[in-house]
Amino acid sequence: MARLVVLGGGVSGHTAATFAAKWLGSSHEVVVVTPNSKWNWIPSNIWVGVGGMSKEDVTFDLAPVYAKAGITYKQAKAVSINPEGSELSQKPFVSIEYTLAGREGESENVEYDYLINATGPKLNFGATPGLGDAKGLGEFTVSVCTADHAAHANEEFQKTIQKMKNGERQKFLIGTGHGLCTCQGAAFEYIFNIEHELNKAGVRDMADLKWISNESFLGDFGVGGLHMKSMGFAVSSKIFAESLFTERNVDWIIGAHVNKVEKGVVHYELLDGSMGEEEFDFSMLIPPFAGVGLKAYAKDGSDITSTVFAPNGFMKVDANYAAGAYENWKASDWPKTYQNPTYGNMFACGIAFAPPHPISKPMSSPNGTPIGPTPPRTGMPSGIIGKAVAHSICDRILKGEDAPLHEISMAHMGAACVASAGKGIFDGTAAAMTIYPVVPDFEKYPGTGRDVDYTFGEIGLAGHWIKHILHHLFIWKAKLKTGWTMIPE
Amino acid sequence: MEKKAEHNIKAYGSNFTTMTPGPFALKLRTCKIWQLIRFIIINIKMLIVVRKSH
Repeated sequence: MARLVVLGGGVSGHTAATFAAKWLGSSHEVVVVTPNSKWNWIPSNIWVGVGGMSKEDVTFDLAPVYAKAGITYKQAKAVSINPEGSELSQKPFVSIEYTLAGREGESENVEYDYLINATGPKLNFGATPGLGDAKGLGEFTVSVCTADHAAHANEEFQKTIQKMKNGERQKFLIGTGHGLCTCQGAAFEYIFNIEHELNKAGVRDMADLKWISNESFLGDFGVGGLHMKSMGFAVSSKIFAESLFTERNVDWIIGAHVNKVEKGVVHYELLDGSMGEEEFDFSMLIPPFAGVGLKAYAKDGSDITSTVFAPNGFMKVDANYAAGAYENWKASDWPKTYQNPTYGNMFACGIAFAPPHPISKPMSSPNGTPIGPTPPRTGMPSGIIGKAVAHSICDRILKGEDAPLHEISMAHMGAACVASAGKGIFDGTAAAMTIYPVVPDFEKYPGTGRDVDYTFGEIGLAGHWIKHILHHLFIWKAKLKTGWTMIPE
Repeated sequence: MEKKAEHNIKAYGSNFTTMTPGPFALKLRTCKIWQLIRFIIINIKMLIVVRKSH
C-alpha cells in the first residue's frame, strides 16, 4: 500500500486529493494535512465582503467530505519535510503540528511515498509596516483573502454606508498593499462590488473611490496585460480596464509600492521614484504572498531548505530558474510536471510551486524598489495543475515508477476569470474574461503572445450569471456530490 | 440630465485617453435577450478554453 500525503486543502490540494482518492481506491492511502477545518470558495469572498453572502455560504466542513472520499484528514499544519527520512526513519516524512481543537500543538511525523505540496501562500501582511504583522492582518485596513477577513470587511463597509447616510463623505482606497503583490483581480472585483453596493444604497455621490496598484498599467492583472477580441479589434486590457474605471468614476494610482500604512493614510513609492500618500476612510489592500515557511532536512538532520525551496519559500519544480533578464524569458521556462528536481516523489501545485519568473515585465523605481505584479497561480490553473499532478502520482503508484508524468504548462493553459459587480441576478454585471494561454508565448503568437480567438472579455449580465453558476458548481464539485468529476476545474 | 459615462473623463487627466460606453452599449449589457445569447456564446468559448487546457 502506497501513501500519498497532500499538504493543503485549498483549490489545488483538494482537487489533487479527491481525484487521487478516486483513482487509487481503497488499496492505497491519501492523507490531507491542512490547518483549516473548512473549505473556502475564495472567489465568492468578494460577495461576503460587501454583505451579499455570508461566511457560511462560501465555506463547508472538510471532515465529512474527506470521510466520504476515504481520505485520511489531519487538521494540522506542516512544519518541515524530511525527504530522505531521518536516522530513525528510513521513509521520507512530514512533521506536522495539529491545529484541531483539543490537539493543538501536538506533533506527529507522517511518512509518505509521494508528497504534494499545495499549501497555498502565507498572506504576508508583515511585509508592509502597518498592513499587518507576523500574526496577520493589521487594524487599519481590511482584507478579503479569507472568509473571516471578508466578513470583517463587510462589517467595516456597512459602517461607512451608515456614515454616508448621515451625511459624512467617505473615501475608499482599494488595491494592492505592496510592490510585489499578485491577485489584482480580486481587488479589481472588490472595488466594483463596493461601487455597485454604494449605488444600491443611494450613497454613491457621497463616496470617492480610488484604486492603488503595483501594476505598471491598468489591466496588467499580473499577466502582463492581454489583448482581447472585441468589436473586430484586438483591444488591450489597458483600454478595457481604463474604460471601466472611468465609466464607474473610479480614480487610480498605478505603479505603486505601498511602503507604510497608518490609521487613515497609505504611504507609497511610484515607479518614477516619487513618494506620495493617500488618505482613506476604508481600505482593502491585498497583501503580498510568500511560501508558508516549510523547512526541509536531510537524513543527517542538516538544513536543505534552500535546495528544496526558492528564496520566496515556494517549492522548486521543473521550471527554468536561470532564465535571467526579461529579454531571455520564454514560455518554455514554465514548469510542466511540477516535480521537484531533487526529490522525484515530491510535487508542488497551485500557489505553492515556485514560478521561474514573473509574467509581467519586471520594473523598479530609480531608488531600486522592485514594483510589479508577481505571477498569479490561483483559480482554474491551480485546479488543473492539482489534477495533473494527482494523475502523474496515481500512474506511478498503479503502473510503476517509470510511468510518464502528465504535463500541463501555464504556457499551454487558459484561464477563465469572471469579476462581478453586484450580487443580484438582474441588477449586477460582470466582466467575463478568458485568456489563452495564461503565460504569453510570443514565439507561437507573435505580437500579443496569446490566441486572440480565445482571449476575450466583455461586460454584462451574461458574465454575472456565469459567476453565480460557477459559485454553486464549484462548491458542488468540492463537496463531491453526484457528477462532481464531470465538472471541469 | 442623466450623467453619461464620458462625463467622468477629466480633461487631460489620467483617463483622458480611454473610451467610454455609450447608451446603446450600456443597454446591451443589461438587455436580457441579448445577454442570453451572449451567455451561450461565452459559455461555449469558456468550454473550448477549458478543453484546450486539459
